[in-house]
Amino acid sequence: MLDHLPILQVIVPLLAAPACLLLNKPRISWLFACFAAVISLLISAALLNQVQHSGVISYMLGGWEAPWGIEYRIDLLSAYVLLIVSAIGTIVLLAANTGIRNEIDEDKQSLFYVLYLLCMAGLLGIVATGDIFNVFVFLEISSLATYALVAFGRDRRALLTAYQYLIVGTIGATFLLMGIGLLYSLTGTLNMQDIANRLPLVSETSTAYTAFVFMIVGVALKLALFPLHLWLPNTYTYAPSIVTAFLAATATKVAIYLLIRLHFSIFGDDFGGGVIQTVFIALGLLSVFVASTVAIKQPNIKRLFAYSSVAQIGYMIIGIGIGTSLGLQGTLLHLFNHALMKGALFLALAAVVYRIGSTDRACFNGLAKHMPWTMAAVVIAGLSLIGVPLTVGFISKWYLVLASLQSGLWPVALLIVIGSLLAVYYVWTLVESAYFGKADPSLNSASSPPIKEAPLGLLIPLWILVLANVYFGIDTRLPLEASAQAANMLMGAGQ
Amino acid sequence: MFFDLYNYWIVFVLMMIGLYMVINQSNLIKKLIGLNIFQTSVFIFYISVGKVNGGSAPIFSSTETLYSNPLPHVLILTAIVVGIATMALALALVVRIKKAYGTVEDSELQEKDPKC
Repeated sequence: MLDHLPILQVIVPLLAAPACLLLNKPRISWLFACFAAVISLLISAALLNQVQHSGVISYMLGGWEAPWGIEYRIDLLSAYVLLIVSAIGTIVLLAANTGIRNEIDEDKQSLFYVLYLLCMAGLLGIVATGDIFNVFVFLEISSLATYALVAFGRDRRALLTAYQYLIVGTIGATFLLMGIGLLYSLTGTLNMQDIANRLPLVSETSTAYTAFVFMIVGVALKLALFPLHLWLPNTYTYAPSIVTAFLAATATKVAIYLLIRLHFSIFGDDFGGGVIQTVFIALGLLSVFVASTVAIKQPNIKRLFAYSSVAQIGYMIIGIGIGTSLGLQGTLLHLFNHALMKGALFLALAAVVYRIGSTDRACFNGLAKHMPWTMAAVVIAGLSLIGVPLTVGFISKWYLVLASLQSGLWPVALLIVIGSLLAVYYVWTLVESAYFGKADPSLNSASSPPIKEAPLGLLIPLWILVLANVYFGIDTRLPLEASAQAANMLMGAGQ
Repeated sequence: MFFDLYNYWIVFVLMMIGLYMVINQSNLIKKLIGLNIFQTSVFIFYISVGKVNGGSAPIFSSTETLYSNPLPHVLILTAIVVGIATMALALALVVRIKKAYGTVEDSELQEKDPKC
């Protein structure tokens, strides 16, 4: 049984999805989905533990030997990302029962859980597999589920957004497929390990460069790297709040994982003579500044945090661009931390949508009086987003600054700090209106019932994430240790 | 030189036609047709890469020694299935968009919602 954990990680949510469809009662489907998600969380915890103690796990699908059969390969990096995805996926799912009650019709709620589990299975599959064509298949499983999830939004613009996301996502995936085809024609194998071994012999050919560019652009579309981020703000704004929380915390993280995997494990970090590193740092910094500046002006808070997500992705790309073990560790830490803080922030917004039905800035005026717990969560997660000490956000920014100083890139370090100041500004305007703003009398008139605190079904998962933000900011052992080991492993493999 | 590599030229031209349609067309259905052409170009790439000069169909027989590579063809079967699923979902979305907005022209859709 224990030998089969790598495949069970993917199979459990994948098979639980059709089972949810058969149950077809929202509440029972939800309980069942949660059950499946908790199992996959336990599996990923067991996998991380196993990898840390006994090294890389290689699992042959169906017993076929590696280069011919499909290999599932769990190393430190994949185990770490698997844990992030399944943990956040589970916590957000716990909140889903309450969170989607007002946003999705009751007869469609079971379908929501089906798609949610499929999306989760796809994301876990991308991370678990060691076969590059398998990556494409799982990418499409998760993407197709995501498009449908986004279209659940109440606003009719959700449909249009889902359509646009589908077009962009499919172009990205097709670019990736083209890159995979070129790599296959060069090396004659689809196993990532094999490709990495054979590629150095042909790495000077233009086919290799073309494959590299196709794959990087494809993945960059998926992870919303500036200037390919245009689909993201709309998607996050119009998707149901629970979906936004899930996507923001997991989908882009998996795309970052894929970028790291391609860049460090397959092509090797010195591929192309270091040009791509400079490009990553430049685009990362642009992401941080453009997205943060745009975020400040947003009238819709959900869209504000969507732009802030683009900025945070920028930080992770900077870490990859710095290209040292410390920079990579910063990226991996930020992966973990950003999942925690954006998960918390978007769940808090889900609570606001549940009570008020909107996330316009005007609705937040004086809201702290009515929803003190939700707003307190926003404050703590916001502090973490800025990178205040004793929250997780501080640790990852600290490592990124440290890494850029160590590599002699002090302007980058300075810009990272200035970028955080922009985050201070947009978080502060929100906190200010929530705590010191006067409620618009028309919104809270005598005729409508007074706004109450969000129900416990949302508050408990929300506060689990908020407390995790603080806990991992103080007791940093788990993410620090895992990310350091993973970064060292990747840098070792690249040399 | 040009004719030796003509399969790549076909792939390249189809790919650009598809991408151009996706970007330039205003009609949502026509965009999807462009997307389909774009995907198909990659399918053709895979299929032509699998061909081995002088190789026969990859079915074992005692008279043949050289076979074409069947793996890319199998891969592309998977990708075709994925493409069909994508297209079905996209068309379903277009139906819902038509119901919600009453049009499938991108230029008209942009004006129907207040800017946010």
